[in-house]
Amino acid sequence: MSAYGPAGEKNQRYGYRLLAACAFMLAGFIVLVMRLYVLQVERHAYYSTRAEDNRIALLPIVPHRGSISDRNGAVLARNYVAYTLEITPSRTELELEETIKQLATFIEIEPKDKRRFYKLLAESRKFESVPIRTRLSDDEVARFIAERYRFPGVEVQARLFRDYPQGTTASHIVGYIGRINDRDVEQIEKRQATGNYRNTEHIGKSGVEAFYEDALHGTTGIEEVEVNVRGRAVRRLSSVPAVVGSSLELTIDIELQKVAEAAFGARRGALAALDPATGEVLALVSTPTFDPNLFVDGISSHEWKKLNDSPDHPLLNRAIYSAYPPGSTFKPFMAMAALNSGKRVLGQAIYDPGYFDLGGHRFMDDKVGGHGMVDLHRSLVVSCNTYYYMLAHDLGIDSIAAFMAKLGLGSRTGLDLPGEAEGVLPSPEWKRRRFSNPAAQRWQGGDTISVGIGQGYNAYTPIQMATALSVLVNKGKFFRPHVARYVVDSHGQRREVEQGPVSQVALKPEHVAAVKRGMEDVNKVGTGARAFAGAPYTSGGKTGTAQVYSLRGRGYAGRTNERLRDHSWFIAYAPADEPKIVLAVLVENGGFGAVSAAPIARQVMDFHLSGQRANQPAAEDEEASEAEDDDPDADEHGGE
Amino acid sequence: MGEWRINPWQSLKTVLRPLDPVLLLILVALMVYAVVLMVSASSDRIESQLIHMALALALMWVVACIPSQRLLSLALPLYLVGVALLVAVLLFGEVSKGAQRWLNIGVTRIQPSELMKIAMPLMLAWFFQKREGHIGWREFIVASALFAAPVALIVKQPDLGTSLLVAAAGLYVIFFAGLSWKLILPALVAGIVAISAVAMFGDTLCQPDFAWPGLRDYQKQRVCTLLDPTRDPLNKGFHIIQSTIAIGSGGVDGKGWMQGTQTHLSFLPERHTDFIFAVLAEEFGLIGALLLLLMYFALLARGAYIAAIAPTLGTRLLAGAVTMIFFTYVFVNMGMVSGILPVVGVPLPFISYGGTALVTLCLGVGILMSIRHGKLALKR
Repeated sequence: MSAYGPAGEKNQRYGYRLLAACAFMLAGFIVLVMRLYVLQVERHAYYSTRAEDNRIALLPIVPHRGSISDRNGAVLARNYVAYTLEITPSRTELELEETIKQLATFIEIEPKDKRRFYKLLAESRKFESVPIRTRLSDDEVARFIAERYRFPGVEVQARLFRDYPQGTTASHIVGYIGRINDRDVEQIEKRQATGNYRNTEHIGKSGVEAFYEDALHGTTGIEEVEVNVRGRAVRRLSSVPAVVGSSLELTIDIELQKVAEAAFGARRGALAALDPATGEVLALVSTPTFDPNLFVDGISSHEWKKLNDSPDHPLLNRAIYSAYPPGSTFKPFMAMAALNSGKRVLGQAIYDPGYFDLGGHRFMDDKVGGHGMVDLHRSLVVSCNTYYYMLAHDLGIDSIAAFMAKLGLGSRTGLDLPGEAEGVLPSPEWKRRRFSNPAAQRWQGGDTISVGIGQGYNAYTPIQMATALSVLVNKGKFFRPHVARYVVDSHGQRREVEQGPVSQVALKPEHVAAVKRGMEDVNKVGTGARAFAGAPYTSGGKTGTAQVYSLRGRGYAGRTNERLRDHSWFIAYAPADEPKIVLAVLVENGGFGAVSAAPIARQVMDFHLSGQRANQPAAEDEEASEAEDDDPDADEHGGE
Repeated sequence: MGEWRINPWQSLKTVLRPLDPVLLLILVALMVYAVVLMVSASSDRIESQLIHMALALALMWVVACIPSQRLLSLALPLYLVGVALLVAVLLFGEVSKGAQRWLNIGVTRIQPSELMKIAMPLMLAWFFQKREGHIGWREFIVASALFAAPVALIVKQPDLGTSLLVAAAGLYVIFFAGLSWKLILPALVAGIVAISAVAMFGDTLCQPDFAWPGLRDYQKQRVCTLLDPTRDPLNKGFHIIQSTIAIGSGGVDGKGWMQGTQTHLSFLPERHTDFIFAVLAEEFGLIGALLLLLMYFALLARGAYIAAIAPTLGTRLLAGAVTMIFFTYVFVNMGMVSGILPVVGVPLPFISYGGTALVTLCLGVGILMSIRHGKLALKR
């Protein structure tokens, strides 16, 4: 360099250092370029995907749940919009407890809201928002919006709520929805419907809400949106709209249902009313009932305890789940079996000495000394036990079981509600399966005799009894009973749920007519006569008593005597010629069927056939009439 | 000159002469690029950044006009003031974001560590020039002490990025002054060993109860996050993950100006300051990034040229160190944004938003210009 520089050697050394530095910088540049090449060329596809994943979110659009109405269009279940205050715990800045505490300074949050929040939080999936308050007032919404900036992860959401405007009426049929829990998730996965349930929070838990879940739910839509780092959608890219859930039109007549429920008063029991020509369920009662609205936001543990621990079991749908021995209501079916098999012919009579003797064991008739000569018609009208002891003996258990099975007894009717019980149609085969002890497994001759009068092992649900009677009055046409009539999809397309009979039982019309005549006389001069006195239509019926004390009375030990009383049955149809309604009524611990069950049937039929409403509950004159029924001269009461 | 009458053309030439047209051209190109990027990254900051640029260019001009020997003679007072201010920060400084970096002097807040980036190489270059012809081990010990004091003070604030740059500035001067390779090589090897050890045994070293000697917890976290960004994907690792996604998704030709999804949907953190390179790489792709590298390459080449022609030992050391500091800025910033270095607060030179760094960098350019001007003056 110049003369002003230091000694040449020193200068050269500096030159080397500068070169080394340049080499170092060049190396640095090469490293950077290589890194950029790796990121932008080699791994470009991967990072592009990552960037798209960042940018695009698929938001499910939850469909509106279908509504439910009765056969006349009365609304049984519907949706309404309400604001909820929801917390997404993974996105809050403060501790949850602190967040809630601060929210509570301007929005009312009760201890029960907090309890429910923590309960739901424990059940909810990650990153889900959990409601801390539901049904906010407009005022509360406005107050929150003003403070919103302080609460990241807390939002007001407009949500659809389920509303059951009929309250406790028909709650067992309509059922209710509840928040999806782990068990539901499992079920959804099994149905491979996980995609369709993305973001859906509620699912049908019971009744038609559960049975028709698929149709009611609808199809979830998808919205593709561009989101920013906070997950907020900034732009919509594309969307597939949700398909609204189908609505259901039920076969139930809610007015008839109300009449039927009112007729039970405070008594426990069940009623199944069918249109025999179609299998449509006109009313299906189980009392006591419950209010499904309690379940919509998540039931409080207090309310749940009250329902679940009640000795009256209000959540139980007795009409389809509880099986009771049919008692004397079994006799029309036995009579039908007798004629059908040829073991009895019309006009044939037996002598009733007041008992039936089987291998030295005497099966007693209710009437001391017996009814004398009894033919099939009289056996029904006076409910002669001896006649049916003999008949059962002659038919044999296998033949009885085979015939009753054809009527649908002892198996699920296929009703479109979840939780139907099978009941018990006893047979040697059934007994072998039921018991493990070899001695108990063997079918005894006496077992057959008890079955003949509807006692012993056999037990049927009210819906089964109504269905069997429908088949009978229908001359063998078997319609599956059903509570839903039409499924109406989002385009208004109505699909009929049930069309035509599912099977035909071979019954001769003259045999059906003979049994019906017997049942009609029950309502004219027999045990149903008092309840049906003055009815503006003809009808047929049969009362029955199911013995309780020996079977399940022990369970009620310590309770009042009332719980040990027999269950009261009544099955009936009307009008006699071309029945429009068939029903089975059971009143738990109601005593004689004629007293408590038959008057309920009368009220229901009155309303259905002539639109008349009873001015008083059926049970009002119970005490008075009970005294009358104890009268030993009341010959026609016989075995009921 | 010396005449009473002023020839405006002549005086303009005099005033403009110290400005190196090559450096000026590169600088203007970089600043235009910076404005283009700022429109996309944070358009409401353009106005204030333009003011920063004007101010920085003006200061650069002033420095360029000062003869380089005069600049060197300012070294000692600048250095002493700098150290005094650093001590003051330690005693009375304001704490912001967990570090004590700012000193409130009534009118405004200043960051004395920034001053040290200039004062340190100036001081060491002046010192070595003073001892020219007698540079032996004693001189290097004194230089080490001059170097260590301010670096220690800045580490203590703590400010990893700035202490790194200040330390680098000092070390570059010492390197150019002729520190024996026997000392440099073992230090380099030790450094490489330490870094590979951290890379290999990161899992153990990053256990929360394992304290690192001499480093704060947040500094340890930065290194650990670099080793495994997924360790903490929503917090510290988030920056690195999102910036590499931005760069990688840009591809060769980029997504287009204002079209970067990572940038505009706020996935990119600090997108107008330390991470602005990711905005560039996302929107202009590899081509845009190489263009920027080309500008830096020209800058460094010009710096190296000025270092080579610098007339005195002091100016040579100073020019070499300033050039290397520019490189350090570039490499550390782009390295951290692209995920090969830990996240330390080093801006992308002349591009990132912010007045302080821009002024410091332009002062550096001014020094280079002054040295070149001095050399030209000598020739004439």
